[in-house]
Amino acid sequence: MTVDINFIGLIIASIMASSVPLILASCGELITERSGVLNLGVEGMMIIGAISGFALMTVTGNLFLAVIGAMLAGVLISTIFAFLTQTLITNHVATGLALTIFGIGISAMIGKNFVGIPGKEFPVLFGGLKDSIPFLSPILFGHSVVFYFAFALPFITNYFLKKTKIGLIVRAVGDSPDSASNQGINVRLVRYLCILYGGAMCGLAGAYLSMIYTPQWIENMTGGRGWIALALVVFSTWNPIKILIGAMIFGGLTIIQFHMQAIGVRIPVQFLTALPYIVTIIVLVVISRDSRKIRLSTPSSLGKSFYKDN
Amino acid sequence: MNLIKIIKRDQPSRTIFFLTPVLAIFLTLVAGGLIFYILGFKPFEALKFFFIVPIADMYGFSELLLKATPLCLIAIGLSFCFKSNNWNIGAEGQLTFGAIVSGGVALLFYNQEGFYILPIVILAGAIGGMLYASIPAILKTYFNTNEILVSLMLVYVSKLILDYLVVGPWSNPEGFNFPETRQFSDSARLPLLAEGLRIHAGIFLALAAVVISWFIFYKTYLGFQMKVSGFSLKTAKYAGYKGKKMIILVFLISGACAGLAGVGEITGPIGQLHREVSPDYGFTAIIVAFLGRLNPVGIIFASLVVAITYLGAETAQIFMQIPKYTGQVFQGMILFFLLASDYLLFFKIKFIGSKK
Repeated sequence: MTVDINFIGLIIASIMASSVPLILASCGELITERSGVLNLGVEGMMIIGAISGFALMTVTGNLFLAVIGAMLAGVLISTIFAFLTQTLITNHVATGLALTIFGIGISAMIGKNFVGIPGKEFPVLFGGLKDSIPFLSPILFGHSVVFYFAFALPFITNYFLKKTKIGLIVRAVGDSPDSASNQGINVRLVRYLCILYGGAMCGLAGAYLSMIYTPQWIENMTGGRGWIALALVVFSTWNPIKILIGAMIFGGLTIIQFHMQAIGVRIPVQFLTALPYIVTIIVLVVISRDSRKIRLSTPSSLGKSFYKDN
Repeated sequence: MNLIKIIKRDQPSRTIFFLTPVLAIFLTLVAGGLIFYILGFKPFEALKFFFIVPIADMYGFSELLLKATPLCLIAIGLSFCFKSNNWNIGAEGQLTFGAIVSGGVALLFYNQEGFYILPIVILAGAIGGMLYASIPAILKTYFNTNEILVSLMLVYVSKLILDYLVVGPWSNPEGFNFPETRQFSDSARLPLLAEGLRIHAGIFLALAAVVISWFIFYKTYLGFQMKVSGFSLKTAKYAGYKGKKMIILVFLISGACAGLAGVGEITGPIGQLHREVSPDYGFTAIIVAFLGRLNPVGIIFASLVVAITYLGAETAQIFMQIPKYTGQVFQGMILFFLLASDYLLFFKIKFIGSKK
């Protein structure tokens, strides 16, 4: 029986691995949205991170540099969004869409010389312990540092928002920018920083895809994960811990789909692929029906521009 | 010593409202040239390949109209939503579902001919688009659900439904397992406008949409209500407008237009259903709607400008070996610059000479 238990452990580990980019991007976007900014550019920022990480890895050969570079690329591209929405007070939805469209295009342009180049092996932690405990070992050991970071991130984010002063400021800016501003908080600056942080996490999520999960560059390789990450934030009702659960469900559906195909279950693949999107819509309906609940959990100023006359 | 002073305008400037799209296109060309230069191309030559070569002959120009048709049609529909503050960004899904429904009807008649077939197919597409758009609309009005996310999620669902159908139950029995349906009969195809060109009668649907929407926007009470709701939902409520009814109506109009665009694609140039009925026309049309200032006539011009980026990307792929996604770089930049230059609508920038 030990063989079966190990197999289940391996499946769980692969579900966790596929949920890593979702967790990273969602936690980043969650902070952005908590400050009252809706950035629909997640997909664009992720793909920029993916190509930047892969390109830097190929050119410099330094994995650490590549991961940091991908995060910086995410920051850089989100600066465009921050400048437009915060300084030039543009519409969040339209600007975010432009960011995604632009990001997919520019990443393909940069990436044209990197198509077909094999990636490098990314070092794993605790690789030696891989066979020490049945079932648990594949789940706990032998993953990249980004993997461990992703699973710590929801807890860090939760602590940051609930227990730290800066977290409180972020929430205040999102829930009531006017009163926050009257308290002497620089709303625009806080929102700038939250947007850039979101960009960094999306960049990291992209780098995970192109450097660790499937180490290669393919045009448009994020394949809609950015949109799922956005949906996850709503799914979680802006609660980082629930992002973890949601990401595991979504990641799980992706993995289970492969295994069901392998054992020949007669459910159309397309139905399983569509399931996360349908589930998100259902969850959205359920949480939105109760207007009191949505008002309690949604950042009140989400997607609304803030302008202060000097 | 502040040399520039920024003053908030009392009222948005009307002249600048229609000038900024031109400014945005100009800035996009400059930035695009710069990007080409950084990538090691001669900027002017590259821009020529992108924006002039593709439409230099009759065939190129007809291809431009072919690509502009769905963009214009969808953008007209979207402008109903955007004007009234409804963020339908799932037109791509409504297009796909419209294509599925009309394609299904066309397949029913695959071995029949008759004048009545095409109208039924077209109607089916519009209904399909409307049905699909009604989902975010109903969820928004009765369950308070965010229409941005719902309409977007449905895009993926529609593409997967299409994928399932063309691979499975609807795939051509004599098609060697290719993911495509049978060819539609000639009676289910939109007539071509000229021999040897792909341009089809769908362009008249787009032009009709332009005229009808212009009339609704500027000559009817509904148009006025939409405008008021767009400016301020509170005012609309105070004036006693039936908000829910309007939300559903604008989504239905928008869905019908997107569905018709889908019909135009599959009964025009494609002639069957396969996996890719639209190269993201539904998303690109959002840019067209904004660039055209949600004005029907503006949208005609905007759809032509944005359609060039599709053709340009294809030419550039052949002549300069750059990926076809380059078109999206230009589309993204147009929207960036347009939104940015909107700043001039609300703020005046004054240059003040330095005082000693």
